[in-house]
Amino acid sequence: MTGFIVLALYVGAFFIAYLAVSALYRAFFARIDYTALKTVTFGDESAVRPNRAASVLSVITIFLLWVAFTNSSLPLPQASSPYLGEVTFTYTSTLPDGRADEAEVTVLVYREDISQTVDAEGNPGRIPAAPEVEPGEGFAKNDSVVVPRYGYKVINVLGNDELGRSEDAVITALNGTEVQAGEMIRLPEGTVGLTDKGTPTFSPSTGNRMQRLYLPAPEVTVERFFELNEEGYRNYTLWQHTWISLQRVLLGFFFGALVGIPLGYAMGLTNWARGWFDPIVEFMRPVPPLALIPLMIIWFGIGEQSKVILLFLAALWIMAIAARAGVSGVAISKVHAAYSLGASKMQVLTKVIIPNSLPEIFTGARVAMGVCWGTVVAAELVAAERGLGMMIMVASKFQLTDIVIVGIILIGIIGFLIDVGIRILEKWLVPWKGRV
Amino acid sequence: MSTLKIDNISMRFDLPNGGHVQALKDVSLELQSGELLSVLGPSGCGKTTLLNIVAGFLAPTEGKITLNDHKVTGPNAERGMVFQQGALFEWMSVRDNVSFGPRMKGESKKTYTPTVNHLLDVVGLKDFKEKAIYELSGGMQQRVALARCLANDPDVILMDEPLGALDALTREKMQGLVLKLWKETGKTIILITHSVEEALLLGERLLVMAPRPGRIHKEYRLPFADLGVGKDLREVKKHPEFSERREEILEMIWNMEEEIMGRVEESA
Repeated sequence: MTGFIVLALYVGAFFIAYLAVSALYRAFFARIDYTALKTVTFGDESAVRPNRAASVLSVITIFLLWVAFTNSSLPLPQASSPYLGEVTFTYTSTLPDGRADEAEVTVLVYREDISQTVDAEGNPGRIPAAPEVEPGEGFAKNDSVVVPRYGYKVINVLGNDELGRSEDAVITALNGTEVQAGEMIRLPEGTVGLTDKGTPTFSPSTGNRMQRLYLPAPEVTVERFFELNEEGYRNYTLWQHTWISLQRVLLGFFFGALVGIPLGYAMGLTNWARGWFDPIVEFMRPVPPLALIPLMIIWFGIGEQSKVILLFLAALWIMAIAARAGVSGVAISKVHAAYSLGASKMQVLTKVIIPNSLPEIFTGARVAMGVCWGTVVAAELVAAERGLGMMIMVASKFQLTDIVIVGIILIGIIGFLIDVGIRILEKWLVPWKGRV
Repeated sequence: MSTLKIDNISMRFDLPNGGHVQALKDVSLELQSGELLSVLGPSGCGKTTLLNIVAGFLAPTEGKITLNDHKVTGPNAERGMVFQQGALFEWMSVRDNVSFGPRMKGESKKTYTPTVNHLLDVVGLKDFKEKAIYELSGGMQQRVALARCLANDPDVILMDEPLGALDALTREKMQGLVLKLWKETGKTIILITHSVEEALLLGERLLVMAPRPGRIHKEYRLPFADLGVGKDLREVKKHPEFSERREEILEMIWNMEEEIMGRVEESA
């Protein structure tokens, strides 16, 4: 249900922000560029450029929704909150002989994530004790219990009564309203009801915010990020987890390129190598690297070796195919020109074929790095003692969603940075790419 | 004197379906040092095949090529080639492209730098030495290709439609440049072109080839190349003999094309 509210708000934000921004644009900037001069902009691919204001607003919207639908302490608009604090309701116990008595139940609702919080002195939070209540008059005695937020509790109210189950006491009303077993009544603070056997239950109202288990608040996640940097998780700091993952990728990619590029060159330059390696390359190319993880674990165990070899295999075929395409793509006139300028075979290879294949190799490297980064995370999910994938996997087993989210964000950012890095390298090393 | 002898060349390509194409049949030709031969002909007459054989990229099925009494067995620096386009090395600057030949021979920088600078000056690219190839226009790129070929000081220059990809105005200017370079360097040149005007303007000798099988149809000796050196080529085109020859050759090639089309229709 909450999901639909979030979706509706998100879609609404898309259109409202669009209307607002375009109104502002019209008011403050009379745009005079080539695009503004076009009469046909719909369907003209060149007129479509990302609106950076939209990008910024998109990120802000996600952040605001994140704050609004979690139990965040940031001073921003929020969805209705789950109930927290004390609530009382009464029950009426009736004996077979018709005598009835009313008693009060005090419920203390505490934060469900209390054990993950710390107080001012740095001690971890504890589940609070049930509030002290007077027993009260009559045969039915007052009760008190604690319930976590988003929780549910069956309250054995008859347990402390003078005349209880053994005297066949039955609960006939809650908060003065007559109820049958299996029925319930709603209070602003939550829902009180009777089980099929007639025992009262209480579940505090949840509001529209998600609990920490599903989605921790942004500030909690940020806090966790710094904590992971300082104290680490599972004996390693966040940076160490990240670095080991990166190191695996770089090693796997390095060896993959080291073997794959010469292999691709050989396949591009000689019929025999092409024929010899074609079946292997064409067979291995469509096999997803993830499918190799079990085999790698059987062969090489769960240590570094198996991961680097897995990434090596992930990069190898991509780099081999890229290098092969690079060689096959050399214009024959360039090779002919080099020969007729007096170049030897070796010089044709080093001065013409290799430089000519660089753009293709860079394209391959971008793909291979992307695949390797995805594969390393997956491989660490399966088995590892360090690494970002391992970190989020173990954290999820302990329901530490904030660590999972920190891990996912970091994985995304690093994957993006790798791509940007290769693109910068590409611009620097093969400036002629796409301009010939 | 360097003499290029094309001796009874035949070239047959086998097709995958078992048939074959007779690209050239019994082509013989002798070229003296310093001659400029332009080759014309309809598509499929084997002009480019002939050039590739002379360059040494293809081995003929029959016959042989000799240059200065040496048999041609493969490509080397004696026979430079200028391609239509796309044969420059994008990963090198203009200067490195031009100095490619000398560098491959292991010449020292001191030896080749004056030559390279001089050639870049001649083709009008003195100020573009450090530029990348993709920063140049099509016409400039072909100037680089000419300079690169000349830097190697080949005996024979083979040009495979070197101006084919240029716009009409640039093309006219480049034709003047080719004539100028030819006269200044005294190189033997074989130039393949699709343009009858270009063939007439540049060719001291002109070869018209016929297709199926590729063979020499007719040869002309022309005065226009000598007339045109250092002059406005448009003046040469006004020469009455020029237009006469142009019409004659156009007619010839037109008829060949008609014949091919006719044959295609018959077989269909």
